[in-house]
Amino acid sequence: MAADQNGQRSLGEGAMLTLCNISAGYGSFRALFDVSLEVGAGEAIGVVGPNGAGKSTLMRVISGMLRASSGELVFEGRPLTHVPAHRIVEAGIAHVPEHRRLFARLTVEENLRIGAFLPQARRHYVERSEWVYALFPRLLERRRQLAGTLSGGEQQMVAIGRALMSKPKLLLMDEPSAGLAPLVVDQVFDLVRRIREEGYTVLIVEQNLQQVLDVVDRAYLLEVGRIRLSGLSAELKKNPAIRKAYIGL
Amino acid sequence: MKNELARRLGALVVATLLLALVPLATSDYALHIAIQILLWGFVYTAWSLMGKFGLVSLGHGAFLGIGAYASPLLWNYAGLTPWLGIPIGILAAMLLALIIGYPCFRLRVVGHYFALVTLALSQVALLTIVAARDITGGSLGMTPKAVGHSWYALQFPEKPYFYAIALAVWVFGILIWHFVDIGKGRAALDAIAEDEGAAAAIGVDVMREKLRVTLASAALTAFGGALLSQYFMYVNPDTLSGIGVSLQIVFAAIAGGMYSALGPTAGGLFTIALPEILRVTMGTNFVGAANTIYGALLVIFIIFMPRGVIGLIESRLAAAPARKISKEPAA
Repeated sequence: MAADQNGQRSLGEGAMLTLCNISAGYGSFRALFDVSLEVGAGEAIGVVGPNGAGKSTLMRVISGMLRASSGELVFEGRPLTHVPAHRIVEAGIAHVPEHRRLFARLTVEENLRIGAFLPQARRHYVERSEWVYALFPRLLERRRQLAGTLSGGEQQMVAIGRALMSKPKLLLMDEPSAGLAPLVVDQVFDLVRRIREEGYTVLIVEQNLQQVLDVVDRAYLLEVGRIRLSGLSAELKKNPAIRKAYIGL
Repeated sequence: MKNELARRLGALVVATLLLALVPLATSDYALHIAIQILLWGFVYTAWSLMGKFGLVSLGHGAFLGIGAYASPLLWNYAGLTPWLGIPIGILAAMLLALIIGYPCFRLRVVGHYFALVTLALSQVALLTIVAARDITGGSLGMTPKAVGHSWYALQFPEKPYFYAIALAVWVFGILIWHFVDIGKGRAALDAIAEDEGAAAAIGVDVMREKLRVTLASAALTAFGGALLSQYFMYVNPDTLSGIGVSLQIVFAAIAGGMYSALGPTAGGLFTIALPEILRVTMGTNFVGAANTIYGALLVIFIIFMPRGVIGLIESRLAAAPARKISKEPAA
């Protein structure tokens, strides 16, 4: 799974996830225009852009919550364009939704248990939950606590842990830093780094450009529903247009 | 999990054996009340299968009405035995549940809006029964052709027979309740009740889970309705269909406690006893009193006892040992 981690892999065939000319929208409003991107096995990819760029829409298309109006979505050689959300999870894509969307009135443990809802995941519930607790020891301490009573950073741990319970091949993270204090945002990016080190393929959508570029191999810049730029994180960090518009230097 | 199942089954077996002795000791009147409590308790339990997962249906009067009318109609007009008429009524109720449920769940009609859609459904059922008065007897109701004691017609003038049937059906309802409560669908339904989007994102087939519990609930409700009409040998749109009945079902399940296995049955104690007491004490001077009192009590229950009477007792029992432990270090 941990292919090569230097971000130099050649694009094209063999990508884990491929989006080809995806367009999507809500009613007559179009939020995405011919978006194409690729995620290779073992890579961490960022999709960055300002508010309203269509980042969350892109995530919703990949996870099957929203149907693309045109274009193709292929995961491990299998077309997933018209597959419902629960089948996407079965295929191996887990989604950490924006604002975490925990089951606030259930305990941490129950949240994880529901994360292992699929039959193949349920069989491995015990070992998976032990693994998640080892990854986030804080959750073990709080496992009988209601998820809604945890701090923002801990809630993010539960959201990630819940997604990992299905033993996904690809983890989608939608704005993990949204609505968190700056100090907690740092912690959340540490979490992302740890998930990477575990060998997971990650596709992360963020507004927080500077921090996300430190974590991912490559990134795409999405603006008003179109991909404007893409490249290795190190290159994007040096790109004058990006520095001017997003990093403020 | 296995132990939990065994414990619950054990409790149910003991309760059933005790209840099976009731006919030996009591009068026909008490047995009449007990049969009603068991049958209505079964209906309320069926409703709570949906209610406790946030699917508040005000349309169960429609499912009850379909079940209640199907077998007498088929018996009177086609000579079809209730052994077939009841399943046909159940299937019809499930079909209606599918017709209402599928678009609602597809279009994400949830919460209050779902309650409103189902509220309309129960009134449509009532009006349909009344409008088809040539065959249903309209608001005067109808009577299945009586043939005396008959297994074929499922008619028993002797109360102990129906008591046994009611008890068996009630046990069946409680078993289904436990099955749903312990089963794997429980987690999915909990997740859906909390956040449908998040549930879908972790692999729950929201549509399938909601439809499954809705169809099961409608089927059991129709079954209960069928047995009520077989028992009373009389069906009337106001007592077995429509909004009044829907509200009675909701009230009983919430007051008794829809999160507890025996809660809805406890609700049956209220809704059977209250009209009886009103009837005995006030005669017909205060028609509609029961519904007025249900409404007022419902508000009080939702505010002060959201888990119902049985829920309150359970949480008191669970809290008692905890309190004892917390006292020890201080002593």
